[in-house]
Parts: sequence; C-alpha cells; structure tokens
Amino acid sequence: MAQQSLLARALDSDIFYSFKRSPLIIISALVTLICILGAVFAPILAPHNPFDLASLNLLDAFTAPAWADSGKAQYLLGTDDQGRDVLSTIMYGARMSLLVGFLATMLAMILGVSLGLIAGYVGGKVDAFIMRVADIQLSFPAILIALLIDGVARVALPKDQHDTLALYVLVIAIAGSGWVRYARTVRGSTLVERNKEYVQAARVIGRSKIAIMFTHVLPNVLGPVLVLGTLHIGEAIITEATLSFLGVGVPPTQPSLGTLIRIGNDFLFSGEWWITVFPGTALVILVLAINLLGDWLRDALNPRLR
Amino acid sequence: MAESKPLIDVRGLARDFDVSRPWLNRVLEGQPRTFLKAVDGVSFTINRGETLSLVGESGCGKSTVARLICGLYTPTAGEILFDGQDMAQASGEQLKAIRRRLQMIFQDPYASLNPRWRVKDIIAEPITAHGITQDPAEIDKRVADLLTQVKLSPLDGEKFPHEFSGGQRQRISIARALSSNPEFLICDEPTSALDVSVQAQILNLMKDLQREFGLTYLFISHNLAVVSHISNRVGVMYLGRIVEIADTKTLFNRPLHPYTQMLQSAIPDLKMSGKARTPVAGEVPNPLNPPSGCTFHPRCPHANERCKSERPELKAHDGAQVACHGVEERRISFHPQSLATV
Repeated sequence: MAQQSLLARALDSDIFYSFKRSPLIIISALVTLICILGAVFAPILAPHNPFDLASLNLLDAFTAPAWADSGKAQYLLGTDDQGRDVLSTIMYGARMSLLVGFLATMLAMILGVSLGLIAGYVGGKVDAFIMRVADIQLSFPAILIALLIDGVARVALPKDQHDTLALYVLVIAIAGSGWVRYARTVRGSTLVERNKEYVQAARVIGRSKIAIMFTHVLPNVLGPVLVLGTLHIGEAIITEATLSFLGVGVPPTQPSLGTLIRIGNDFLFSGEWWITVFPGTALVILVLAINLLGDWLRDALNPRLR
Repeated sequence: MAESKPLIDVRGLARDFDVSRPWLNRVLEGQPRTFLKAVDGVSFTINRGETLSLVGESGCGKSTVARLICGLYTPTAGEILFDGQDMAQASGEQLKAIRRRLQMIFQDPYASLNPRWRVKDIIAEPITAHGITQDPAEIDKRVADLLTQVKLSPLDGEKFPHEFSGGQRQRISIARALSSNPEFLICDEPTSALDVSVQAQILNLMKDLQREFGLTYLFISHNLAVVSHISNRVGVMYLGRIVEIADTKTLFNRPLHPYTQMLQSAIPDLKMSGKARTPVAGEVPNPLNPPSGCTFHPRCPHANERCKSERPELKAHDGAQVACHGVEERRISFHPQSLATV
C-alpha cells in the first residue's frame, strides 16, 4: 500500500468534506484569511503609514470617505482627527488585535492545559487546589480580572516601561481570565483517560508521571481544546477591544481596533461617524468569521452531530 | 540453586480500599470510615518457568493481586519478593531493574494501547523507557522481530491500533510486554475480551513464547477451561483469600474445597448427561461486610458451628493446600461422581 501524502489525506478527510459542503464556512475562512493577511502584511499593503508622523498632514484631518462629497480619493475610508488614513489604521489595528488575541489564547491554552492535566492526573489535594482557584476565577467577570491585572501592572511598573510592556500585560491579563475553560475541559477528559489501561501499561513500564501526562494523556485530550481555542481567539480579540476602549489596553501610539473605536467615539456625535464605524465593522466581521469557523470546527469534530 | 528459589514469593499480601463516604457526609451521618478488604492475606509462590493461575468470581480480588504485584497499587500489608528482593524495600534503581524484568498484559485490548500512538512506538516504549538502546535502527529491528514473533507483519508497525482486530491488538500488547526481555509476565484476563477462536490462538501463542523464552506467568482468569489449558498450578480465590491451591491436574481431578467443587461442576461438559451436580448456590456476600469465620459458610452445604466462628488457614492436604475446616476434619471428601471429568 502506497503511503498517502499528508495533503492527500487532509483533502480526503471528513473535516474537509464538511468544509466543502458549507458555503458559509468557505466564506468565513476566506474572510479570516483576508483579515490575517491584511494585518500581517499591513506595512506592505496599507496605502499610508499612519505612524509615520512626517507623512501626516493635519489639514487632511476629518476627511470624509472617498465616496462622500468632501472625500479625497487617496483616503478611501476617510481620515481621523490627526489626518491618519482610516483604512491604514484599521489594518495596523487589526494586526495588534490579532497579535494580542493569538498570544493571549496561546498563553491561556498552555496554562490551562497544563494545570488541567496536573489536576486530573495527580488528583487529591493538588486537584482540589487548582479547581478551587478556577472556581474563584470563574466567579469574577473576565473583564474585571483583566482590569485588575492591568491596574496592578500600571502601579507596579514605571510609566516609561509600561508603554513598551503594555502589550504583554494585556496578553497576561486576557490569558489570566481565560485559562479556566481549558483546565476544566482537560481535567474532565484526563480523569477518563488516566484510568484507561494504556496509562496503566505505561505505569507498569515505569514511565514518570510527567512523561505519561504529556506523551500519553495529552494527545488524547487535545481535540476539544483546539475547538475551544478557536472560539477563544474571537473572544480574546473582543476582550482586548473592550479593554482598549476603556483606555487600559495598548497605548494610543500602537492602536488596536478597540483603541481606534474609542478615538472615533469622541467624534461620533459631531458627524465624523466614519472614524469609529469602520474599525467597529472590521472588528465585527473579523470576530464573526473566526467564531463561525470555531462553531463549525466543533460540529465537524463531534461525531455525535454528524 | 536457582530452581529451588521461587521467582515470585508473595507473603500475607493484603490491600484495603477506602470506600468511605465523603468527609462531610460521614460527619453529618455519624458514620465511621469504611474499608473494603479486596485482598486479605494472600500467600503463594511462583517458580521459574511456571504458570500460576488465580481463578475466582468477579470481585474476589484476583485482579487486585495482579495490580499489587506489578506495582500499580501499594499493599496495605504483606510483602512481595521478586527473585528474593522485597519490592517495597527496593531503591529507585533496584525497582527500575525489577520493572524491566516484569511486564503486564491487560484485559481490554481496545483500552490498553494508546489510540494516538503508532504500533512501533507502542512496542518500543519499554525499550526506550528502560534505556536498553536509543539507536533508532536497532529499535526498529527489535520491533520488527517482536512483531514477527507474535505473528504480525513488521510492516504493521506503521499502523495505528484502531486498524487491528481485538486478537491482533492483544498480540501487539504481548509484543510490547516482551520488548524489555522480561522474565515474568502478569496476565490479567488476557483472553476474556476475545472470541473463543481467537482465545485459543492467543493462549497457544503465550504457551509457545513461554517455552521459547522460559517465561514465568501469573495468569488471572475466571474461565476454568482457559486455566486448565495454560497453567501448571491453580489458586482458587474467594472474597480476597486463597481457599485452595494445587497442581492443575490435582485441582481439576480432585477438588477438595467445597467452593472449588462448586466451580468445577459448573463447567459445561459434552458428557454431562444428567450427572448429579453440586448446584452453585447463593451469591458472593457483600465484601464490605464479609461473613464471620470461613467467608464461604453461608453458601457451603457442609458448614457447621466451627465454620461460622473460626477462620480456616491454608493447610497442606493430599498434595494440595486447602483452607477448610471440613476437609481438615475429614468431614468433606472428594466425590468423583459429582464432577464432570476434565
């Protein structure tokens, strides 16, 4: 029997089949891909560099979108209060939003999966301790925990360092409020897996607890985690936008979509609606596409729903 | 010298499980902690190259004995000597050396292989874990040899466990158990999840491997037909204790303990033709609250007052060891007409 290539096997799989059958999912995947590419290659693709102060012209501030009467062709979606091209700021902002979303999800996943594995496999007092911490964590709204971590970091770090470290503080704050879901899911599956005979076989062979946890149990509990992770990215982006909107997120010099919405919000009632509406629309489209992908992945990987 | 010293020497092995309600319930309802005596003072030896079987009904503690010996549970009391060395006293290094010489085959071939691992990695795990060799080429060769030995193809190493049938998976299990060159295999009902036709294949394979490598087996089963086929000696367990232990021939031709006789007569036989049988009466009592004296007395047709109050110990009797007051007092003897011939 000839070895099938990885690509051939992927194209032959059930998941790809269910992917092909749903136009909505294909569109979601395309939108997500365009957003990611647009964000990653923003320095190349964006029509202007909104952070190059030399290229900004304050006379261009508050230019309406190109199709409006007072619009200018070089500013497709208009400009903001400092004359920055809105389309370009959205592309750079999405870059920051996606970066924070991905990093926070990865950190929450690593933290949650490790703690869940340890709680489920070791059991006893360790399990009780980790899960009680998780319960306490769950009794606070995620945004409050993020605000708390950010507030503490703001006081603890000197002002000049805070701006450079703001991104990491934000990632830790969002991850710190999101790890519980992974820990609970992984702990539940680990409790099932640890009693299976293949784990006992590894114990009889004499492998260490750590080795059994990460080489035997982990691959068998990872499926639901990937689905959770996909849905979490969308949520992390929203949380980041909320925090930035509240003014505790990334500094205005490196705006994310949330920062852009907040800046535009000040001008919403004075008629310059485009400054806030376009970043808002971009955020909605991006998160919607990612969530649709996550929902689909959950259904596609769940054999009971097929 | 080596012949006279048993490979496995189990002395007074016991294991209690804490089955108490949660702490808060106990305090509110004023209940004490409750313990289940899964294994209650079991002693036996296994000589090199020999197969000892432990048989008994569900819940009699036979699997717990297997798990105690391979170290999955720690004993509450008693000691296990592997080649003269107390496993509870062994240092980390010594225990690692013992683990290499001792492997286990599990009951459920669908659960005992990690579904995400390739067969070659499953079989190679004991090799790398015990640092026998780290050279990939050597490991591949060893895995291919092992697959051939259990009558699978070396090409099967690339596959995943779900691509195999139950019998084939059990062969993979055996190959994994053999890969660290062990001397002693604990087999916890290795055939009870398999079809009858496949059972015979696996048992014959195990016998062949035993002859080839001089392996010693501890075989756990509830199937007397399987046990009579594979073992040299048989121990019968009832509620965590061994009630009779003897050579396979002796035990099957002349069972002494009333419980062994009861199990014996329950074996279906083509020649049974209306023979009087000792009916299997009653059920296994609740192990949380075992009967006083001989735990078998509520089901025993020969029980008297002594059986209800005094616990019988294993004593040598006519080439077998039996724990029964009736046999000791010669109240109970063997009635050949009550048995199916084996």
